[in-house]
Amino acid sequence: MSGVIETTDVLVVGTGFGGAIPAYNLAAAGAKVVLLERGPQLSTEQFEHSLRIGSYTRIVDLITAQGVQVVAGNCVGGSSVVYYAASLRAPTFVFDRQGSTGHRLWPSSITRAALDPFYDRVEHTIPVAQQSWDDVPYPGGLFAAACRHAGHTCNPVPVAVDLASCTNCNWMLNGCRFGAKRSMLLNYLPAAQAHGAQIRPLHEVQVITKAVTPGYRYQVAYTVVDANDYRIPVGAGVIEAKILVLAAGTMATPVILRRSAATLHDVPHAVGRYFSPNGDRVSMALMDEARIASVLGLQRTETDPYRALPIGKPIGSMSFDYLDPARPEFERFGLQQIYFPPITNILPADGTPPQPQWFGVDKKTMSAQWRSWLTLLAMTEDDNEGVFGVPPPTGNFIRVASSATISTLRYRPTAKTQRGWDLSDAALAAIVEKDGLGKHLPWVGGQSTLTAHPLSSCRMGDEPKLSALDDGHELRGSPCLFVTDGSSVPTSLTVNPSLTIAALAERASVGILARASDIGIDVHMTVPPPGN
Amino acid sequence: MLDRPISRRRVLQLVAAALATLPLITDGTPAAAEDIDRITLEAWSDTIVPGEKRSATDRAIAGACAGPGAVQAGVWDLMNDPDVGLAPALPALVTLLNTQATGYALTHHLRPDVTVPPFVALPFAARTALALQLLNPKRVDQLLWYALAAIPMLAFHTAAQLDTAAAVRAGHPGLAWIQFPMPDADGLWRFPDFSYRLALADLHPATTSTGNPP
Repeated sequence: MSGVIETTDVLVVGTGFGGAIPAYNLAAAGAKVVLLERGPQLSTEQFEHSLRIGSYTRIVDLITAQGVQVVAGNCVGGSSVVYYAASLRAPTFVFDRQGSTGHRLWPSSITRAALDPFYDRVEHTIPVAQQSWDDVPYPGGLFAAACRHAGHTCNPVPVAVDLASCTNCNWMLNGCRFGAKRSMLLNYLPAAQAHGAQIRPLHEVQVITKAVTPGYRYQVAYTVVDANDYRIPVGAGVIEAKILVLAAGTMATPVILRRSAATLHDVPHAVGRYFSPNGDRVSMALMDEARIASVLGLQRTETDPYRALPIGKPIGSMSFDYLDPARPEFERFGLQQIYFPPITNILPADGTPPQPQWFGVDKKTMSAQWRSWLTLLAMTEDDNEGVFGVPPPTGNFIRVASSATISTLRYRPTAKTQRGWDLSDAALAAIVEKDGLGKHLPWVGGQSTLTAHPLSSCRMGDEPKLSALDDGHELRGSPCLFVTDGSSVPTSLTVNPSLTIAALAERASVGILARASDIGIDVHMTVPPPGN
Repeated sequence: MLDRPISRRRVLQLVAAALATLPLITDGTPAAAEDIDRITLEAWSDTIVPGEKRSATDRAIAGACAGPGAVQAGVWDLMNDPDVGLAPALPALVTLLNTQATGYALTHHLRPDVTVPPFVALPFAARTALALQLLNPKRVDQLLWYALAAIPMLAFHTAAQLDTAAAVRAGHPGLAWIQFPMPDADGLWRFPDFSYRLALADLHPATTSTGNPP
């Protein structure tokens, strides 16, 4: 039987930050590596500037759950292809968070200082650029000026973008047509392939069982899905590995593991629990053009002080003022300017009572001023209160149509999470409404929160009851099964998570290499960063 | 069999079901199922993104405000777009919506108009009130109605049934309404002028050398 089953040293499920980075490190060290990716593989030339259903929806999933909507990548490169490239280190205090548990939620071995060398390595590899004020687009400039007017500091945001070739087109959600955004497609993945790693797109992993081939530990069953309709299976297969790295994403990893609970002889209690939307709280300001000119002294053109919402890189500036370690937990948050394409225009409230708040005549009237909107993101400290329900029969959620999917995740914010949102709402309102600059409006349409930063659904920690992984990202009770995506991050981060996920994946790779060596895979232990 | 008294709620349900089917059997009205589907869903879409009537006899659009709405933005095309994948479910959604509308009309003492589907027969304020009921997050079927509300939003705000460059150049009503910018000649967007190029705030004093919070 073993003769007909495909085998590899290391199988990596998922090709985003969490998958690409271990894949590179293990392949460069000499291991045979195969990557399975649920989504399609697109090249730079195939990324379209279009909001047509059937274009960006090939690579982005909008996952609707109870109480939360999640945006996530679905392609080779994962969310690194569709993300906004803000690349920030998590503040020191984040690693000491306790949430509502009374215990430090992060493993004691992981602090900001311990992670800094891995942040360094990722920033060097991707690479991350520091924006000057000349690089910050109009919306980020406007937010910075409003912050200063309200007595706050504000910083340009470091971004994983080649600033020289970036056209400031604002189509990052569609993948970068100009090759300027430094997704995994431009660094770790080609470097892994150069060392022999194989990437297989349109392979959706369904279940993990014990391997039958002597010397191999896990068998992974997958479905090959139709390139034009991911609901349609066109093939199936299995592959066995000595080491399994699960990095299917926060919305998928716990689903695969829970479906595999029987065949893996149970999985930890924390799998599919403690989901965090990174405390994300999206809102906006409807800005008054005349006040922008008279109060802030800004003038974009002869006629327009601003009217520039769709111009630029989507994330430009951020205030660190509320990332103060002296503030109590649940009262610290990052405040960021951010752009969303009009696919999310369903969400903003119109600010004109009475009901309806987010559709109807008043909403349409407000939409005529779309270019004067300033969209805002607060990243707060939430309470890890999301829980996944029973896994669907196949896949990670029910795919209703194109990129529209429904998950069994339930998210009901606790009073502590709500307190963080209320405080961040008040902080943003104080900035954007000072002296009549604008009107702060919530994004209320349909769900309590929208996030592109799902985390913690299979988190690590020191306390077995509260965590699914040990501090080396190994699943408790399942040796040689590692989880390295956003699901492993224990808490919300108060900043965009991608750089932390990447740094943790670099750190985890060191341990996975050691484990590979321990079980007899011929690897060398020191791997230089890609491109070196 | 009928040894129990029929409740008022049950009577209303039966009447609602009967009235919902009337447009199918009334002489002189458009009886084609697609006509009923289209006018009902256009009326729903006009409730989400309202616009002006296409003609004086337009029944789907209530004419609640000036300017284009979801119907002019092509919502019917989007609902039937194969990439959306919603078309097979439309008849069932229309039936559900019209049943809800009939119930609403009965409980609010609105005079039925059997020449059009029940949702279309509702005045704009009643359409809006019913939509608010259906979109209440506490409803178990709220996600269904939310999805149905998202389609007119996408049709109007993104021209989701069309390539964006072609749509914005052709003056798509929704993209024109929000003043979506024009692309370059090759259909791609670039903004060489993108920044105020001014130091507009002081940096946080504890910012690290890599531009991060401490």
